Amino acid sequence: MRFVYFARVREAVGMDSEERAVPAEVRTVQDCIAWLESCDARYAAAFAEPARLRFALDQQMVAADTALAGHEELAIFPPVTGG
Amino acid sequence: MKQVTISANPISTARALEPLEHLGGGAIASFTGIARADSGVVALELEHYPGMTEQNLNALADEAMARWSLLGCVVIHRVGKIAVGQQVVVVATAAAHRAEALDACAFLIDRLKTDAAFWKKEHRSDGSALWVEAKGTDDARAEKWRD
Repeated sequence: MRFVYFARVREAVGMDSEERAVPAEVRTVQDCIAWLESCDARYAAAFAEPARLRFALDQQMVAADTALAGHEELAIFPPVTGG
Repeated sequence: MKQVTISANPISTARALEPLEHLGGGAIASFTGIARADSGVVALELEHYPGMTEQNLNALADEAMARWSLLGCVVIHRVGKIAVGQQVVVVATAAAHRAEALDACAFLIDRLKTDAAFWKKEHRSDGSALWVEAKGTDDARAEKWRD
């Protein structure tokens, strides 16, 4: 799966995107966050405040309990602040 | 007529309004957002999610066109580094009468703030830079339009 990060999350993770093979037991966006946090302390720091995270699967905003199946790109970012 | 643009170069309200001026409507409304010189801020930096941000803006423009029977709608958002005083966003609407144009314009900027994938960083004169936090007041304004 392709992961993309924006803004504060991008800076905390230290890259704007990466490809990673996701283990079979990682089913939802939420599972994915927990799995990444277990991989490296940078993710734990980037995702420390779940209330300040938003997600998109294949460029559609989704809730944290959404299943990853059938999607290619997960974006993780803070609440938007344009305009 | 609908135009949605994300621009890395300076934008202009005057140029944004031009395509709306000859659609036969009696009203054009616009909102221009300008990089403000808050306590030591010298520039803003706007990041977006190429592809998704355009989809977000097009969805908002389509909703405004249908809900207020607009003749035209323009949404232009700047990205990258933006010096204080320069324009960050222009939304403009054309309709037969002022009420539709004004309401649609307010809807577009209120919902753009909460629905479009942009992130804003403030650069200060001391060299520091800070991501802007989303505001609850913006959520409340956007929520008003959901009915």
